[in-house]
Amino acid sequence: MSTEQITNRSSKGATVPIADASLPSRREFLRRFSTGLLVWVVFRQAAGAEESEAAHPVTVRPKSTGDFNAFLHIDENGQVTCFTGKIEMGQGPITSLPQMLAEDLDVSIDDISIVMGDTDLCPFDQGTWGSQTTQAFGTIWRTAAAEARGALLEMASETLQVPVSQLSVQSGVIFDTKDPARRVTYGQLTKGKRIERQVAAKPSLKAPDQFQIIGKPLLRKDSRDKVTGKAIYAGDVRLPGMLYARVLRAPAHGAVLKHVDTSGIRGVDGVVLVQQPDLVAVLHELPDAADDALGKLRAEFEPSPSRLDDTTIYAHLEQAQLEPTVVAHGGDIDAGRGLAVQRLSQTYLGAYVAHAAMETHAALADVKGDRATIWASTQNPFGAREEIALALGLPIPSVRVITPFVGGGFGGKSFNLQAVEAARLSRATGRPVQVMWTREEEFFNDTFRPASVIKVESGLDAAGRIAFWNYEVRFSGDRASAHLYDIPHHRTSAVGGFNGPPGYHPFEVGAWRAPGSSNNAFARECHVDQLASMAGVDPIEFRLRQLKDARLVRVLKAAADHWSWQPAKGPSGRGLGVACGEDAGSYVAAIAEVEVKDGKIAVKRVLWVQEMGLVVNPAGARIQMEGGITMGLGYALSEEVHFKDGAIRDTNFDKYALPRFSWVPRIETLILDANDAPPRGGGEPAIILTGAVIANAVHDATGVRLLELPMSHARVKAALDAKAERA
Amino acid sequence: MPETVSFRLNGKPVEVSVAPDRTLLWVLRTDLGLTGAKYGCGIAQCGACTVLVDHRAVRSCSVDIQSVRGADVVTIEGLASDGKLHPIQEAFIAHDALQCGYCTPGMILTAYDLLRRHPDPTREEVIAGMDDNLCRCGAHVRIVDAVLAAASAMKGASPR
Repeated sequence: MSTEQITNRSSKGATVPIADASLPSRREFLRRFSTGLLVWVVFRQAAGAEESEAAHPVTVRPKSTGDFNAFLHIDENGQVTCFTGKIEMGQGPITSLPQMLAEDLDVSIDDISIVMGDTDLCPFDQGTWGSQTTQAFGTIWRTAAAEARGALLEMASETLQVPVSQLSVQSGVIFDTKDPARRVTYGQLTKGKRIERQVAAKPSLKAPDQFQIIGKPLLRKDSRDKVTGKAIYAGDVRLPGMLYARVLRAPAHGAVLKHVDTSGIRGVDGVVLVQQPDLVAVLHELPDAADDALGKLRAEFEPSPSRLDDTTIYAHLEQAQLEPTVVAHGGDIDAGRGLAVQRLSQTYLGAYVAHAAMETHAALADVKGDRATIWASTQNPFGAREEIALALGLPIPSVRVITPFVGGGFGGKSFNLQAVEAARLSRATGRPVQVMWTREEEFFNDTFRPASVIKVESGLDAAGRIAFWNYEVRFSGDRASAHLYDIPHHRTSAVGGFNGPPGYHPFEVGAWRAPGSSNNAFARECHVDQLASMAGVDPIEFRLRQLKDARLVRVLKAAADHWSWQPAKGPSGRGLGVACGEDAGSYVAAIAEVEVKDGKIAVKRVLWVQEMGLVVNPAGARIQMEGGITMGLGYALSEEVHFKDGAIRDTNFDKYALPRFSWVPRIETLILDANDAPPRGGGEPAIILTGAVIANAVHDATGVRLLELPMSHARVKAALDAKAERA
Repeated sequence: MPETVSFRLNGKPVEVSVAPDRTLLWVLRTDLGLTGAKYGCGIAQCGACTVLVDHRAVRSCSVDIQSVRGADVVTIEGLASDGKLHPIQEAFIAHDALQCGYCTPGMILTAYDLLRRHPDPTREEVIAGMDDNLCRCGAHVRIVDAVLAAASAMKGASPR
């Protein structure tokens, strides 16, 4: 690959400040901590049995992290530093992970600091997604704490000459229960020692009735930094001599660069050009000067071969000839059809939706010889490390990815193109390089939530029960596609998976908060609601008659109780909607109230009930629920990526409408106590019903059934007009 | 050609030698090293870059550096005084009125201007006043609660 560089002398009065962003190197870190405790244990649980949302699943994965020191360190003063490959993007592990560690290690949470998403300092992690941090990683994390506690107790037993069974721990102090004056602190035990110790006994995690810290509502630990501007995101990191890059983008997906005329930037002060076959960028010590320079390039592209747009996409996806995967089946659909006295067939559509995190993808790369350090906004630091190593031809351990605060992810930062670009540009220029996508680039490069088509055919028997259910989800994946109801004859099949085989979507698609679940819940719960209307039965009563799963029954009943639900068959004119579902092991039910005026949906009130097993931080869980409901208003009411022939037409927030303050209803969240059950997903289940519950409420208000997401003003108006015409 | 532009920044006089048509946001973030104001959209649609110019909330992505000549500019880094947080900052902490935090500086400074103009706002006035600031995480309800709480806390306090 050839690299052409034009470097012009001096810049236009740039005074680049040098804010020291350097973090301790691994060697410095180990030196600093070398006086601390090092205890070897063997983990029985290997990290990584989690679903992946990565673009390229990592190929190099440690067999297991057999050393709990990988997760935590206790210094001579008893201060605990813990290390996790998980990252903080708003979802709250910066609070809940120390909370869990404090519980099983028996230290004060105020004595814990946390290092997140640094591939040199933190043990391998396969990515922050899938509502896995508490439910899957949490057990590994707590086990590390419990094993450390066990090792410290054995050491204290030797120091105090008291059997372990006679010892107790409180806030990092181990004492003799018969003589509490006989005590030793964690810090005293670790001071100046370097010990290798196998903990023979399998550590037991504390049971819920022993919890003192888990289950307490705690305020976020990162708020102070975030309200004062101290919180550093990838785009905020500064290094001496750094350049800001702007990358030349195609006008449409599939458009190939023919020619670029760079004469416009010749002689422009301080501009650096990097021109490689698949990467053209201009760089400058000032980001706005780099932006100006990009505007001076004249590029010609072959047009995109894509001839799809946001109106023809559904027929394209519907006609795709792909073998369906049967997700579940039982009974005999033909027999079910024979039993049905009323039938209902519907097709439910969902648009492409952007992640639209407020922080665009950003990275600062510093590639020096055979070492690369990259600060990146990523949900997947270890995946990024591998992608960068591959792009640079470096061994994976030579690349360090550091993840500062991430300004929102929602699945969209599982891919690391911006980090790879920054790394390549740093190597090409020999200087640290920041790539921070513009909002327009963010919309262009986003891995959208895929558009989907879901076809449901079903019917009611003479007793008013669902006789059969024939469900085919195309291009939305099979997550949460189960029908959940007690239906004798049923078949659920999925076509195209979530990401789709290459070539079917006109651009990249990818995981979006609870991938597939919101579309599947929309189709299922809207369809069930219509069946309830056809049966002339109240929608909650109709559901309860055919629900067997006790956890689902519990959330739905709790919602009805909390709302003081008055049964009525729909449409009742009240504007009340109901939906329930399951995602990431958690059960949810929602009730919403809407008003429809001049074709515009105003959501007045939403009640959301969630049962998610053990809840570590109820305050954090509640925030996630509120956030999910609010974010969900977007895919329900307005969010839709418009495109034509490979070009994205919604390029910024003037066109692509995110939920606003004035859209937000009164929100009530109810967490059902299930602390004896293992923890389940929190942040993702909280978004899956928003579309369905609003659609059902709109039907209840108007008698109009909306089958396409988003339920935009234009679509609602068209549906109401069509109804008026029929009448 | 670079020109000298002088103004007050977070209570202290500053002078920069820059092209006068450069964007305030990038001068703050790059030349002056204050990264609290965030880039979100570049076209004054999201509010993440909001700073105070003579106590008014301004989208720093859409104004020139020369427009603040002689003005009093406050970024999120300068809102606390002598280590004491502003009541709006305190209220955001107390209400957990943020998640990823990227929109937070802009939210707080927009709220500052809102409360300057409406010291005793109704809930509806807060919603209307904050409506052009975007938050993707969905912290809206808590942000409204925090702004209302800050308004109560600031009652009787001398305006800053």
